[in-house]
Amino acid sequence: MVSLAMSPVTAPGSASTAWLESVLKAFEPSLPAPGASLGGLPRRRSAARDELRRTGLPPTRQEAWRFTSLAPLIAVPPQVLPVPELLGPKPDHPPASGALRLYWDGDRDPLAGMDLPEGLSRLETGLQDSLLGTVLEVAGTTGSWLVRFNTALAGQVLALRVRGNVAVPLELVSDCGQGSGVRPLRLLLVMEEDASLDLLEVHRAAGTSLTSVLVEAQLAPRARLRYGVLAQGTESSCLLAHLAVSQAPASELDLTTAAGGWGLVRLEPAIIQVQGSAATRLRGLQVSRDRQIADLHSLVRFEGPNGQLDQLQKAVVDDAGRSVFHGAVQVPQAAQRTSASQLSRNLLLSDRARVDAIPQLEIVADDVRCTHGATVTRLQQEELFYLRSRGLGADQAARLLLDGFCDEILASLPKSASRWEPANALLRQALPR
Amino acid sequence: MIRPDAPVLLEIRNLHATVGDQPILKGVDLTLRAGEIHAVMGRNGSGKSTLSKLLAGHPAYTVTAGTVRYRGDDLLALAPEERARAGVFLGFQYPVEIPGVSNLEFLRVATNARRLAQGGEELDTFAFEDLVCERLKVVQMDPAFLERSVNEGFSGGEKKRNEILQMALLDPLVAILDETDSGLDIDALRIVSAGVNQLATPDNCILLITHYQRLLDEITPDFVHVMAAGRILRTAGKELALELERRGYDWVDEGLASSDHAEADATALEVA
Repeated sequence: MVSLAMSPVTAPGSASTAWLESVLKAFEPSLPAPGASLGGLPRRRSAARDELRRTGLPPTRQEAWRFTSLAPLIAVPPQVLPVPELLGPKPDHPPASGALRLYWDGDRDPLAGMDLPEGLSRLETGLQDSLLGTVLEVAGTTGSWLVRFNTALAGQVLALRVRGNVAVPLELVSDCGQGSGVRPLRLLLVMEEDASLDLLEVHRAAGTSLTSVLVEAQLAPRARLRYGVLAQGTESSCLLAHLAVSQAPASELDLTTAAGGWGLVRLEPAIIQVQGSAATRLRGLQVSRDRQIADLHSLVRFEGPNGQLDQLQKAVVDDAGRSVFHGAVQVPQAAQRTSASQLSRNLLLSDRARVDAIPQLEIVADDVRCTHGATVTRLQQEELFYLRSRGLGADQAARLLLDGFCDEILASLPKSASRWEPANALLRQALPR
Repeated sequence: MIRPDAPVLLEIRNLHATVGDQPILKGVDLTLRAGEIHAVMGRNGSGKSTLSKLLAGHPAYTVTAGTVRYRGDDLLALAPEERARAGVFLGFQYPVEIPGVSNLEFLRVATNARRLAQGGEELDTFAFEDLVCERLKVVQMDPAFLERSVNEGFSGGEKKRNEILQMALLDPLVAILDETDSGLDIDALRIVSAGVNQLATPDNCILLITHYQRLLDEITPDFVHVMAAGRILRTAGKELALELERRGYDWVDEGLASSDHAEADATALEVA
């Protein structure tokens, strides 16, 4: 069911412009203290604000936004999301033993008062200033609307350096709770040669909120990052996340994203193998129902030979939900002997559900092995009958098949994700409880 | 084991069924009593597999006439899962592969559904593992298969063993085994047959659907039925299977031709 139809216009231009202006006002940067030097962040922020004012919200006539309505976005009150008084572990999701959990609200310093494990440290301010934005430039995604929006709003960067093997899995948790408003979060992760880290990002929201995430991760030679994003929202909440990663030769990236329940969720993994010869494994699952929109736009580019990509993107769509997958893979002349596979598998649970799956392979090099495919299916009647013939009720059988469909992705999340019961979180109307 | 006074578990009377507009079953009569083993043989397209799937409640088939009573109650009124919980089991000719669904979890859920229906208690994970490890011996199955997805990547023989393992766990009163011997080598056939023999008790009955005598060398039937054109044409003891092996099915066609509905049925046979 690949559709070429244009989406209806998302919102009257004036309303979206007014919304954007109000958001920018709410996030007006405070004047720097006298004598304080302007670091990289304020400079970029100011430029991004000007740029946003000029361009407004992305119009649906833009190819990258053709299928993605922004109506849920401008329903979010244009204000700073209030930081709740108490931030503690939810009793039903205590951190896994041995895992380090950081709470991330865009206001307070997540590292304050924390003992960081060996190998993990705060990146020095000078380095932060010089490195901020470099991965985006390498990826060529500085002009992405998600990047610009976050850059215009975020007043802080969580900047981390990884040296050697960090044995403790790291969890970054942002829970907007019932709060209304906008929360910008920005992460800069610098992984040195041979560094290794398991990182799980958890995003939750139950109110009328917008979480904007911008991640830049730089992997030096032989660095290994296992990176999971588990995002559970509700009808009125939105999540926009741009995840840019640059990979040096012999580095390994294993990125798994799992998102469900959001009125609007858009994820933009942008992975660049700067000299090829690296391994990239992407796993994605998005679940949408009611009138929810789940959108994943990925970009993988090989700028040298012998790179590898293994990408599997899945979607479960029910009711009048909508799922968009746009997967760009760029293999220029220099990227000989690249091996890339991309597969999109979609499960439709209703007649009104809609899937747009668009592979976009740009292959210039001639000695490469690149494959892609997309399937759209329903629950298989023979599988359902087999389970029912063993005493499982129709609903239970369908649920088991759904779990099985999703498990292939969810099993790739970093281990600490199991604490968040990802299958329950994404497949049930878990929030509000 | 034939006991004329044993309770009737399954009674099929004048069963007619279609798939789409196509009539497949045209008046099947069959009675299964506790303790009995029945074999149904017949050519491809004779309706054997339709009969087995229909009894399990497959939604593709529509019953147009006749009755099926299970322990006196209307079986056809029950959903597939209700039939399973009540004790009707179908061993599939082609067991379905279900990626991502753990075999162990599937077996546990199925076993507990049956136990609850029998008035027993659900087994927790540990108690179930004890039970399943004991039942694995029935089919000499490697416990490693429990950790895999349901039937995924199993060889033909492994799939059939997994079916008999399910039979061992679900403790059915009526077990219908649809071509359980297909795709099995000699060793696997012996293991699976030995498992079935172990599970046959005076309280349950087994309906074997098969093409070949070789299964019946391992599992001795009390009755052999020959099916053609959607009906049971002949019923006799185990010697009937030997005669089929020797003479083929042509003489069944002769019997069919001499029957009252010869013309219509022969046409249907060709189509089927």
